[in-house]
Amino acid sequence: MNINLSVWRQKDAGSKGAFERHSLEDLNKDMSFLEMLDVLNEKLIREGGLPVEFDSDCREGICGQCGIVINGRANGHLEGTTACQMYMRHFKNGECITVEPFKVAAFPVIRDLKIDRSALDRIIQAGGYISVHTGSVPDANAIMISKDDVESAFDSASCIGCGTCVATCKNSSAALFTGAKISHLAKLPQGKVEAQERVVNMVEQMDKDGFGSCTNTEACEAECPQNISVVNIARMNWEYNKALLLR
Amino acid sequence: MLDSKIPKGPLFDKWEEYKSKAKTVSPANKKKLDIIVVGAGLAGASASASLAELGYNVKTFFFQDSSRRAHSVAAQGGINAAKNYQNDSDTVYRHFADTLKGGDFRAREANVYRLAEISSKVIDQAVAQGVPFAREYGGVLSNRSFGGVQVKRTFYARGQTGQQMLLGAYSAFMRQVALGSAKEYKRHEMLDLVVIDGKARGIIARDLVTGNIERHGAHAVILATGGYGKIYYLSTLAIGSNASAQWKVHKRGAYMAGVSWVQFHPTCLPQSGDYQSKLTLMSEALRNDGRIWVPEKKGEERSPNDIPEEERDYYLERKYPSFGNLAPRDIASRSAKEQIDAGLGVGGNKNAVFLDFKDAVKEHGENIIRERYGNLFRMYEKITGVDPYKQPMMISPAAHFTMGGLWVDYELMTTIPGLFAIGEANFSDHGANRLGANSLLQASVDAYFVVPVTIGNYLADEIKSGKVSIDHPAFQEAETKVKEGLDRLISIKGRNSAECYHRRLGEILWNNVGLVRSKESLERAIVLLEEVREDFWHNLLVSGRADEINSELEKAGRVADYLELGSLMAYDALDREESCGAHFRAEYQTEEGEASRNDEKYSYVSVWGGEGDGKAPELFKEELTFDVLKPIVRSYK
Repeated sequence: MNINLSVWRQKDAGSKGAFERHSLEDLNKDMSFLEMLDVLNEKLIREGGLPVEFDSDCREGICGQCGIVINGRANGHLEGTTACQMYMRHFKNGECITVEPFKVAAFPVIRDLKIDRSALDRIIQAGGYISVHTGSVPDANAIMISKDDVESAFDSASCIGCGTCVATCKNSSAALFTGAKISHLAKLPQGKVEAQERVVNMVEQMDKDGFGSCTNTEACEAECPQNISVVNIARMNWEYNKALLLR
Repeated sequence: MLDSKIPKGPLFDKWEEYKSKAKTVSPANKKKLDIIVVGAGLAGASASASLAELGYNVKTFFFQDSSRRAHSVAAQGGINAAKNYQNDSDTVYRHFADTLKGGDFRAREANVYRLAEISSKVIDQAVAQGVPFAREYGGVLSNRSFGGVQVKRTFYARGQTGQQMLLGAYSAFMRQVALGSAKEYKRHEMLDLVVIDGKARGIIARDLVTGNIERHGAHAVILATGGYGKIYYLSTLAIGSNASAQWKVHKRGAYMAGVSWVQFHPTCLPQSGDYQSKLTLMSEALRNDGRIWVPEKKGEERSPNDIPEEERDYYLERKYPSFGNLAPRDIASRSAKEQIDAGLGVGGNKNAVFLDFKDAVKEHGENIIRERYGNLFRMYEKITGVDPYKQPMMISPAAHFTMGGLWVDYELMTTIPGLFAIGEANFSDHGANRLGANSLLQASVDAYFVVPVTIGNYLADEIKSGKVSIDHPAFQEAETKVKEGLDRLISIKGRNSAECYHRRLGEILWNNVGLVRSKESLERAIVLLEEVREDFWHNLLVSGRADEINSELEKAGRVADYLELGSLMAYDALDREESCGAHFRAEYQTEEGEASRNDEKYSYVSVWGGEGDGKAPELFKEELTFDVLKPIVRSYK
């Protein structure tokens, strides 16, 4: 198949970016979207140009490093998919495809499609953990957890931290990301001890890093590669209000 | 010459004995000691957290944009621990014996025993961190049996055990970063080790965003940089996974061991075209319920569902009746390759075998199968467009885990004092083949529980040495060397990308140093690799500059190191005139085509050193002795 690409090029966070057009021919439809970018880069290098900088690592949808905007949608038009799990068979022959980085103030562009998502790490640093010291823990079966609770906690814990929820949200809110971690830990007995302090600190950090507020459009859930539910945001709000009341 | 420092006394008491006698550092002195950790996957993140909790100053370097993305995240199946929660006669000894046998008696007995001994604590640790392992309705933890083991000792979190274990370690690490006791250097790559008076004293790192070359001093350096299976180009590893840190320290004098021992995972998705740079792994947990087969006749054109039972060859069940589809990875991979090489492969490129869930769905119902493997089936359908509930999956073997790595002693210290290697980056516990679900375990055991003890034993003598000065001439020398190396890569200005050389390297290794090796193929590989290296240094093309973000330059540096490591792998496999574990030499097999081990001549670990600047690698031997479990011939018939 043949495609036309409009790729965002930007030298660094301080520079202005612009789209650059390229055509690729004879692509295999079973090629992944990122393999198509590899082919483009190989071509650019041979022609003496600079390759398009983009992030990817595991290329199996679990590391969360590869987020980009494809045809105006974070990670493309398929539901529950990372960019690396998009395949050329999901596009039409001759289609013009636009590729851009996530455009979020809290995720500055490093170059081209590469962005800095350190703000998400800072939210975790604010409280996305259980304060246990290595070695000072009880036997694993001393903590009994119902199957339903652990499955539900897993659903929240399966967040890959890619930032798609933020990139999709019209307010650039990180509520789904933060809510997922708060819910994961709040649903488990181990996480309940610090639940109040955790939710207050993480929500504060979210605001500090310039993420917007949640206005319940639920676009984040629709685009989340892991299909994480907005119920996690409701849980976060509930935990937050509870913490404020009890404070 | 090689001192493995195995503590004296009975096997069962060695670790307790060691811990009781190890030197310790007082809390006040820990604050004065700096430790550099390179890599922030399960091993790197958990070591960083544990050491920072103890009070050391920790600086952690990794090339990803967050520790949570390191490739531990992709481990699917589970983690072993000898908890005996299932009352199925599991013990530490049994776990130890399974691991040592699985490794075909090419691992150090004392290390393997310690791995099994500490395994329970790792599960306790992970649960306390909030890792949502699978549970029974009563609320207790669930277990399953895993690749080649007859007890249920594997703990799992759906098919995302690695992700959840890593997130546990990552969160502990982030907590220490917030407390200021650990500092993270993301998007940084270690490019050299600084050795002063024979001791590891720091690293030279490149900031991958600015291109700046930085000096960082420390009293000890820990490599937790994972494996180098990506050297085969097509592998289950992440795009960025590399051997550069290991290779740089090797060139500074750290020996490497068993480097050609590579595990090929039997259940990966087959390659669909040349553009492909990565193969996706499907957890081998699938083999618990899936049946592997190929059509009986060559050139079969019918769709798999139309091929009647009597025309299918369930070759693993046929050849290995007691283990069947759960035969160990090396046997499953080699058998698949045999079928494919015999022209019985399936799929468009005839490079795969079927993994069929028809009978399992019939027996348990689609819901149970969905609960067990839902995410794996979804992933398979996404990549291939085929629904595995309705049609068998197609799988093929791919490079996966490197049992070999940096040689370390019982303390996990390399031959350079003050330089430690943990997790997949070292060679120590898996012998010639790793048991399924022992990989997450080893990374955790090394990092949470071993290195925090052993590094104290080393650092106790370093308190007096004071802060390491980065103005020392050794830092200058290493920095200059790094800068010259980068300039050299850029200044070639040839016509082939680094990717192009990596592809060639991978092909040479897959064909000659792969699932089956021979004297002839290994000698050929050595010649071919020399040619590729020669070509690389004359015709490489790297775009951009060294003082800016430049992923092509990163790739080129990694490929340059891989090209040298590839030759060492061939030398390593050539020296070992026997078949053991994942190392299968065509010349050394039984009449039935099984691996033929030679304990009389090869009961040692091949340790390589003294290389660099044109010098050929030199072989040292660490003789292996087995006091408790005497070597027996592996049989999965």
